[in-house]
Amino acid sequence: MSPEQGPTGAAPHRVRVTSSRRRATRHTRRTMAADVSEQTELGEVYVAGLMRAQLRLSLSILLVGVLVLGSLTIALELWPAARALHIGPVPFPWVVLGVLVYPALFGLARYYVRASESLESAFIDVVNKS
Amino acid sequence: MTDPAGLGAILVVCALTLAAGTYGLRISRATSDFYVAGRTVNPWRNASAIGGEYLSAASFLGVAGVVYAQGIDMLWLRIGYAIGCVVLMVLVAAPLRRSGAYTLADFAELRLESRRIRIACSLLVVAIGWLYLIPQFQGAGIALHTVTGWPGWIGAVLVAVVTTIAVSAGGMRSITLVQAMQYWLKLTAISIPAFILLAVWRSTPGAPPPDPTLWVRPATTAAHGLYATGSTLLALSLGTMGLPHVLVRFYTNPDGRDARRTTVIVVGLLGAFYVFPPVYAMVARAYQPGLAPGLSDTIVLTTPDLVLHDPLRTVAAALLAGGAFAAFLSTASGLLMSIAGVVDQDLVRSILPRLAGGDLPPRLGLRVSALGAAVVPLIVSMLLPRAGLATIVGLAFAVAASTFTPLLALGVWWPRLTTIGAGAGLAVGACSAGAAVLMTILGGNPDGWLGSLLAQPAAWSSPLAFAVAVLVSLATPATIPPHVNRTLARLHTPESLLD
Repeated sequence: MSPEQGPTGAAPHRVRVTSSRRRATRHTRRTMAADVSEQTELGEVYVAGLMRAQLRLSLSILLVGVLVLGSLTIALELWPAARALHIGPVPFPWVVLGVLVYPALFGLARYYVRASESLESAFIDVVNKS
Repeated sequence: MTDPAGLGAILVVCALTLAAGTYGLRISRATSDFYVAGRTVNPWRNASAIGGEYLSAASFLGVAGVVYAQGIDMLWLRIGYAIGCVVLMVLVAAPLRRSGAYTLADFAELRLESRRIRIACSLLVVAIGWLYLIPQFQGAGIALHTVTGWPGWIGAVLVAVVTTIAVSAGGMRSITLVQAMQYWLKLTAISIPAFILLAVWRSTPGAPPPDPTLWVRPATTAAHGLYATGSTLLALSLGTMGLPHVLVRFYTNPDGRDARRTTVIVVGLLGAFYVFPPVYAMVARAYQPGLAPGLSDTIVLTTPDLVLHDPLRTVAAALLAGGAFAAFLSTASGLLMSIAGVVDQDLVRSILPRLAGGDLPPRLGLRVSALGAAVVPLIVSMLLPRAGLATIVGLAFAVAASTFTPLLALGVWWPRLTTIGAGAGLAVGACSAGAAVLMTILGGNPDGWLGSLLAQPAAWSSPLAFAVAVLVSLATPATIPPHVNRTLARLHTPESLLD
């Protein structure tokens, strides 16, 4: 195949011995998955991207929580009529602070888990494909 | 004065805890079983165990007590416990599980590559654990006194003895079983009497109406109420991740994903529980508005006497007494397990063989440590004046929020955290929050703003500790741990890529 190789049966030519560069690189070519799994420096760079995405997600979840709870507090503080509202026999602030806050927190927590797992599975897909 | 049904329920809960502890002895074989339950606990059981461990005396008795005494603002308190779990989940749950460390001290050593930081963390685990154990023991004393009229120390000693035996016998796996069981016990014990009370209250003709002042007008009884509520809320929200006994539970998840899923279930379980304590405050306030402040921690136990007649009264009182003891036992055993774990690892295991001059059975260290870890707070709980269960637990959260929380949050997300920076943050947080706690517990707080700041330190001590850790880290870039990138990659890489 390579031009240096003489045809069979002919007198021995001078043969230049070289390393087959293409093969050598093919053998040591690394996949992204290997880099991540063996925790090489390159793998660390890939993971740093995932980490930034996760941090953005976490901080925005916290921000949403702070905004919702904060605006609730301010609303109850600035709007006295809301405090006097009743839902059935139970005062409105009690319904919100006593019960409704928990399903809201649970929903936020579930949303976070889904979003965070989809970030991870997207990362896994990219790594395994390359 | 003695209520035989209530006393019986308390003894049954203690016996169940001990039985589960010895059952665990038979199934815990390897060392990893002993410390982290072999890391094979499924999310539901693990979540129940976290819920069981987390719902302490402060939740079962204290929350209703402060809502009774101070009104609707205190509803935030029990919301804070649930927010704490969400914050823990979004900031540290999966990375901490992926770090593969057993304890907070292990994590600190792994991330900061410093033996000194490790020792500092071990000491802090002991300090926070002890601070948290004190109200559990005091609560047990209050509960047993309310049920039987016996002196307070008997209840405290009972809880200390049962948890020490349970921890020494079975280690983490039996604790997991005990705590998972105790969550459901506590939920049953607080919900059924609450439904009975509400039904009887609303159906009795001529029953007293709800107390309007408690529920409509947010209370401004405490000095600087808004600051106090906000600071406590911050302590609970941030401090949860820094509690030694809650964090160790996350190591028993199989992987980071399960650690997150577990926490979602925990948030749901906590919500289901926390709907009920205010019911007791509302009913008690209607029937008996003028209870002395010092007695408010007992209202969960005494409300059935105000409203119900036998046999319902006996059933409700027995359930509540048993549930309260489940709360003390589960939290105390989790705390004891974590304290004993670090004391054993960092102190006893190196000293004990030298003292004995030879090899010792592997679990002896943990047993000796558990005993020591229980005796000190037991004695302190008897000497201290009672400061309100929810108050002392809130202070433990404040110390955690000012020490471990900056360490964990920055350690997990910020590559430029240095060993010196983290150490400075720990030192400043521990000293400022610790001094405030000592002043508050010993009753030396001055009046006015300074007193309020010391009584609820988290709002200033936690940001201070964060700021010190960040600024000192930026000033000492030379002490960034050498393997920081590798460590962070390990914390954030999904496990499925590492197979």
